[in-house]
Order: sequence, then C-alpha cells, then structure tokens
Amino acid sequence: MAVTLTINGESKTVNAEDDTPLLWVLRDELNLTGTKYGCGIAQCGACTVHVNNLPRRSCVTPIKSIEGMQITTIEGLDGPVAEAVQAAWQKIDVPQCGFCQTGQVMSAVGLLNSIRKPDDADIDNGMTGNICRCATYVRIRNAIHDAAGILEKQK
Amino acid sequence: MSQQATSHDKKPIKPERRRFLQSSAGLLIGVYLPVFANQKSGAAAVMQTPSEAGATLSPNAFVRIAEDNTVTILSKHIEFGQGPFTGLATLAAEEMGADWSQMRAAHAPANVEHYKNLAFGVQGTGGSTAIANSYHQMRRAGATARAMLVSAAATRWKVPDTEITVNNGIISHKNSGKQASFGELAASAAELPAPNNEPALKKPSEFKLIGTDLPKLDTTEKTLGQAQFTLDIYQENMLTAVVAHPPAFGGIVNSFDDSAARKIPGVVDIKKIPQGIVVYAKNTYAAIKGRDALKINWDTSQAETRSSKTLFKLHRDAAQKPGANATSNGDTDKALQDAAKTLELEYSFPYLAHAPMETLDAVILAHNDSDKIEAWLGSQLQTVDQGAIAQVFNTKPENVIIHTQLAGGSFGRRAQPDSGFAVEAALATKAVSRGTPVKLIWTREDDIKGGRYRPMVFHKLRGGIDNKGNIIGWQQTIVTQSIVAGSPFEGMIQNGIDPTSVEGASDLPYTIPNLDVSLHSMQTKVPVLWWRSVGHTHTAYTVETFIDMLLELADKNPVEGRLELLKKHPRESHVLRTAARMAKNAGPTPQDRARGIAVHKSFGSFVAQIAEISNENGFPKVHRVWCAVDCGIAVNPNVIKAQMEGGIGYGLGAILFDEITLGENGTVIQSNFDTYRSLRINEMPDIEVEIIKSDIDPTGVGEPGTPPIGPAVANAWRRLTGQKITHLPFISSVQQMETA
Ligand code: FES
Ligand code: FES
Repeated sequence: MAVTLTINGESKTVNAEDDTPLLWVLRDELNLTGTKYGCGIAQCGACTVHVNNLPRRSCVTPIKSIEGMQITTIEGLDGPVAEAVQAAWQKIDVPQCGFCQTGQVMSAVGLLNSIRKPDDADIDNGMTGNICRCATYVRIRNAIHDAAGILEKQK
Repeated sequence: MSQQATSHDKKPIKPERRRFLQSSAGLLIGVYLPVFANQKSGAAAVMQTPSEAGATLSPNAFVRIAEDNTVTILSKHIEFGQGPFTGLATLAAEEMGADWSQMRAAHAPANVEHYKNLAFGVQGTGGSTAIANSYHQMRRAGATARAMLVSAAATRWKVPDTEITVNNGIISHKNSGKQASFGELAASAAELPAPNNEPALKKPSEFKLIGTDLPKLDTTEKTLGQAQFTLDIYQENMLTAVVAHPPAFGGIVNSFDDSAARKIPGVVDIKKIPQGIVVYAKNTYAAIKGRDALKINWDTSQAETRSSKTLFKLHRDAAQKPGANATSNGDTDKALQDAAKTLELEYSFPYLAHAPMETLDAVILAHNDSDKIEAWLGSQLQTVDQGAIAQVFNTKPENVIIHTQLAGGSFGRRAQPDSGFAVEAALATKAVSRGTPVKLIWTREDDIKGGRYRPMVFHKLRGGIDNKGNIIGWQQTIVTQSIVAGSPFEGMIQNGIDPTSVEGASDLPYTIPNLDVSLHSMQTKVPVLWWRSVGHTHTAYTVETFIDMLLELADKNPVEGRLELLKKHPRESHVLRTAARMAKNAGPTPQDRARGIAVHKSFGSFVAQIAEISNENGFPKVHRVWCAVDCGIAVNPNVIKAQMEGGIGYGLGAILFDEITLGENGTVIQSNFDTYRSLRINEMPDIEVEIIKSDIDPTGVGEPGTPPIGPAVANAWRRLTGQKITHLPFISSVQQMETA
C-alpha cells in the first residue's frame, strides 16, 4: 500500500501496510533513525515525534491514521524552543547512554510549546511518559528550567 | 563543544563511514601515532589468567593524531553512558598537554593484546573498572605521544627537547618563539622511533584537565539525535530478524507451523536455530508480525518449570542452616546465646531484569567473497564475543571484526560471559546465505522475559547486643545462584564461595567480635548475570538495614553508632560524616518526613547516602538524597555526579517496584515496561552529591551509587512507619502488609 506522509515539511510516499507504526516507517523506510524503539507499547517515550506540533508515540501510531498531518522528528526539529532545549541539554550534559534522549528532547519541546514557564509539577506531567533507564531525570528537569530561562530572555 | 570522531553525515548510514580510521583516511591523514607495533592476530577469545593480564601493554595503541589537529583516543571500553570516552580522553589529553576542543573518542577494535581490561585479562567493560584500570595506561599513552611530538619539534627547530613546552595543544619553544600544533608535527613525529624510556607522568598537583568538569565528548550527538547505535545501522540487502524464544528457560522447539507467518507481507524467510525460530523480514514490523503468526509446539521437558514461589521456598529452606564459610571470627553461636537482646530477620530479593533502554541487537555480515565476518554490536566483552562468533562460523577469531557500537545502556546486560546473544545473532546470520547482513533485534518483551537476571537471593540474619549496647554477634547466611559458575569466570570461585554472591557482606567493615557469613549456592536453569553493582545489590541492603535496626535496639544514633564501629575504616567514616553534614546543613527534617542513612563500599569506592522520605498513601515518596562519594582522584567530577544520580535512580526504581516472577510452568509473568516498572521523573528525588578530595588513584563510579539507596530509603521508612521492609520490592511488601 502506498501512504503519503508529511515529514519534516517534505511529502514522502512509502510502500507499507496501513497499520504499520510510524516508528518503523521512519526508521526502516526513511532512514530517520533519531526516533528510537524502546517498548512498542506507548510506555517509554523513546519514539516520541510531533504530529501537528503535539508529542505523539510513533510506536503506536499507524501511518494511515496520520496521513495529511504535519510530522516532525528530531531530524527536522527547529525553531527557538528546540534550540533553547538542545542548548540547555548540552550545557547541563544531560545524556548518559543517550538512547532515550531524542524522545526526551521531543517531549521537552512539546511541553515548552504549551507551557512557556513550567514548574516542577508541569514537568512531571509533561515528562512522566518518557523513561530514562540511566535516570538522567535530575538533569532533564534542570535543563527544561534552563531552556525556559533562555526563552524568557529572548522575549 | 567537542564531538566524537564519528561523522555527522547521516544518509545513507554506512557504518564504515563512521569509523575513525576510514573516515579520516579521506582527510589526507595524518598519522597514526604511534603505529601498532608487531601487532599479533586478534586471537582474542582465549581467557587469560589475571596475572598474565596484568602484563604491560604496548603503550601506543590508544592515541591517534591527525593532520587536522584532532586527537582521537581509541577507547578499549564501550561507551554506554558511564562516560569512558570522556574519561579516557581526559587522561590522555592531560599528559599530552592537549586542548580539550581537539579531543575525540572512538571505540577500539577487538584485540586482547592491546585492549584487554587489565583487571580481567579479556577486552571488556564492567565492575566499574574503566577508569581505574586505564588510569596509568592512558596517561602513559598520552605522555608517550607528547614525548614524540616534542622530539619532532626539537629536531625541526634544532633545539634541545628540554626547552620545549606543550600547553593547550600548542608546542612551543620560548627563546626562538617557534610554535606548532600537534597536527603540524604529527607526520615528522611518526618517523621517529617510540621513546625507549617510560616518560614521566605528571603529579596530581600538576593536573590541569583531570579534576575539571570538561564537557562530555558524546553529548552533542546524543542531544541532536545523531549518535549512531546498533539499531540505527542499515545496510544494503539487510534482513531484520526476530526470534521466537521458548516460554520457559531451557525449552526447545518440538515442531512449528510457519504457513501463516510466511504470508505476512515483508516476511522473507523462517529458520529454526537452537535458540528458537527466526523470522527474517524486509522490515522490523513484518518480522514482529511474522513472529506473532508462528505456531510453535515447545518441548519444555528439560526446562526450568518451577515457579518463583517454589524456588523462593527452596532458598528459604536452605537458609535455615549455615552454608560454606565466607568469613568467620570468634564464636558467633555463643555470642548470640549470651546476648542481652537479639534480632533475627529473613530477607528476600527477586530476580531483576536490567532493561537497558536499547534492547539487545546486532548486525552481522558474513562476507561471501572471503572468510571475513563483521559484527556491529554494543559488545561489552569484545574479545569474548569475537571468539564465540568465530566458533559459530567455524573460523579463526582474527577473521571476525568487531565494530563496537555506542549502546543504549547495559547495567551488566551486555556482558554475557558465554556470549549468548552474540551467538544467537551469529547463528541467525549463518542460517541465511553468506553476503546477507542480518540485524537481529530483541524486542522489549524478549528483553524482559529473556533471563540473565540478577539472581533471586535470600538472606537470614541474626544479631545480638550485650547489656551495654555493644553489637557482639552477627550471623549472616546468604542463599543465591552463582553468577560465574559454569562461565569462563568460574575460576573466581574459591572454596565454594563465589565472591560476587557475598561481596559487601563477607567484607563487613563494622568491627563486630563474633561474625559468621556463609553461602549456599543454588542451582536453577534460570540464566543469571551481573546487574549494576552485582552482589552489593542485596548485601548493602541487608547489612545496612540490619545494622540500623541493631543500633536502634541499642538506643544508638545511626551515624554515631556506625562511626564507633568504623574506627578502622577512615574512608567509610569520612563519607558518612560528610553525608550527615550535608543533610544537617539542609535544615531539620520536616515534620511528616524521616531520613535514613546507609554507607557502602563497592568497586573500591565509598558512598554514603541519606534519603529523606514521606509516606504518600502507604508508599514511600523520596524527596531528597544527599550523597557523599570517595572514588579517589575525581577525573571528571561532573561525570561522577551524573553516575551517582543515575545509580540512585536505577537502584531506587528496582527496590520500589521491580521483580521478575516465574509463574507456574516457569513462564516469566512480566513482559514490558507496563509490568516491569521503571522509575519515572516524578519519582526521582533531588540529589546533592559531594565528592571527597583525594589523591589516591581513581576507583569505580558506574556502580557504587546504586547499593546504598535501597537501605537508606528502607531505614527512613522504618523510622517513619515502623515497617521493616525485608522482602523486595517495596510495592509487594507494602501490599502484603495491607492485606494482612
Ligand atoms: S517505543 Fe514508543 S513509547 Fe516506547
Ligand atoms: S540516557 Fe540512557 S536511557 Fe536515558
């Protein structure tokens, strides 16, 4: 089956079954490997992408269901929020193994898109879906606060 | 910010392009400085005895300088989050006089002669040894490279070596004002013979990079999603494979029907290997769907079909009598008889899965025009995996090229002494025609159900105090399955004692006049493995909760009481005092909260933690942790802090939530993160870390942060609620107490 998706602003037609999770199409067909597999059942957040600007678990998102929507992966992430998050991530040296981190960054950008100055409870709400087995959570929290600070200064 | 030597070029991902040696070849390279001298075959799989392992290495296998002035260190240790790329590069850069911005890191090839872990004798990472065993080696490698650069400069400028200085990556001669970069001198330096004398190393007081928070080399790539893991490797004609594994450990395939599976679009082939049925497909989704569609009749007659409940009872029964003697002092039976007060407790610990974020995976290609086999994987025991893969293909180890990949965590998971996973991947590759690369992926369900767990453990403790409140007797019986038995590391077992079963208990630091620690080693068919901090996962918990209760029974303060018993152990005492001071400085304990303390030595490092908790609907909420660590010289304090934070989070998740349970017929009940809970951000405490200043050689940091958190939380919980949690995880103990 051919399904046409809009990924990082480009239209891509892929030959895949309608029920194929977006995760595997991104990775196996489109070579966008920044989006990771961690559980396949919407438990870990490693596969987080944005669909119409909102974080979505690509491992449980059949491609047919998002035809025509705007899909953004870590490779296509840009804009001031993304820059602030990725700058803070580097300044604070958040990653350990790094495998969960693209999903964390996608969720963090999603959170800051909806709440510009999140408090700790907002961060808990926005980020509990993203597991980090290396437990870099202290730094993820600090980096989100730091990114919010960067964005505030830009105003 | 510095980055890895790996290229940022993304499409198409060809693993070769990301290897330093080849990618830099395109840059009119440089010079590999110094060259591999008389490099023998990679005949690597043979385990060596520890004494041979300690032999001097060729000092020059680690540093590569390119004409673009980058310095790449070849890391013999896999980078899966604990920071060896950064740490090893720091050690070499320090002695070279390099500038941090020119440093890069890449994985070294598999080669036991050059790259063995000096603590193991094979190339491998574990036991928190990466920095400890490389501390002198990497500095010597850096110092040798520097000596050669200096000598090249001296020859070119016709001045004496002794007048040349090296700072921040610049080689200079003061009197003439001449200067050169490493890259400019690399070619001439390569023509010089390696220096005969061991170059002198800096004194710790002269360090400029060691001891500073240098930014990690791999942070940028990992933040931008450009870091390449095994899962990210795609090759032409590659097949993706998943394996249907037996429902119980030791089960085998009786018969199977793959007709439905073969109809799934994308499924290419299906084969039987000893580990199960392999489904090969053009993409991952088809492989997984194909596996779901298999009908397999399993033979579990030889499998482990006992449930956790049954096994637990066997462990408990064994604990009623002392086992093989691990430590003995005085007359413990008599002391316990004479004691004014005694305490007796039983503890149990479930099987635990490591659940690293990236599941096990590998890409293997058996070339069809030569004997060459290439394997890309997050290999934690490179030369062992190399030998095992060679055996599968019936070829020599030197024909197997291991491309070690960044891995998404391990915590012990990837260090399989029998190379079980690498063998499965090799067999799956061998079952299709040569020339076809095969990527074998374990799904999360395979990972959680796949065994190689922290073993089930049972402890029985008896302790006694006299009428003055002195602890006079301590008897501890440990029952568990040996991790090293039947593995190439079996030689570690001495007099019936696997040290990894009793470490942390047999070397109890507290001075107690009458002490017995003994061990029963159990046998099951459940494959077990080292899990972040190994034996310390359970011994720290039992020792530190039991001592806390004995001190309470004796009306003693948990800090002062411990310090009295640690007079011969200044480093334990120091971290304990430090953590106590940190907590005190944070102010008094809020009313509805309690604090608990634990101190434990593991992998040569000393860690004390104080946890502050409250009771949220009958379950602990950990708010803050103060952590003091003495790991000798702190090579990169920021990395050490990160390891303490990560170790605490990892240990906390396990003691609160995690157990792997074998149900009836030996089937593992849990299957994914829905049933095997990971700690999440809302459960992570604030953590403050203080590193003790030291000029002792560095020791481990990857594991030592994990052991103390469990007992610190349990001690706080007992002080808050009166409940003694002796059966882990917390969640099942607390639930049982509620229903009781
Ligand atoms: S892989 Fe999608 S949430 Fe885990
Ligand atoms: S950094 Fe390793 S899982 Fe998050």
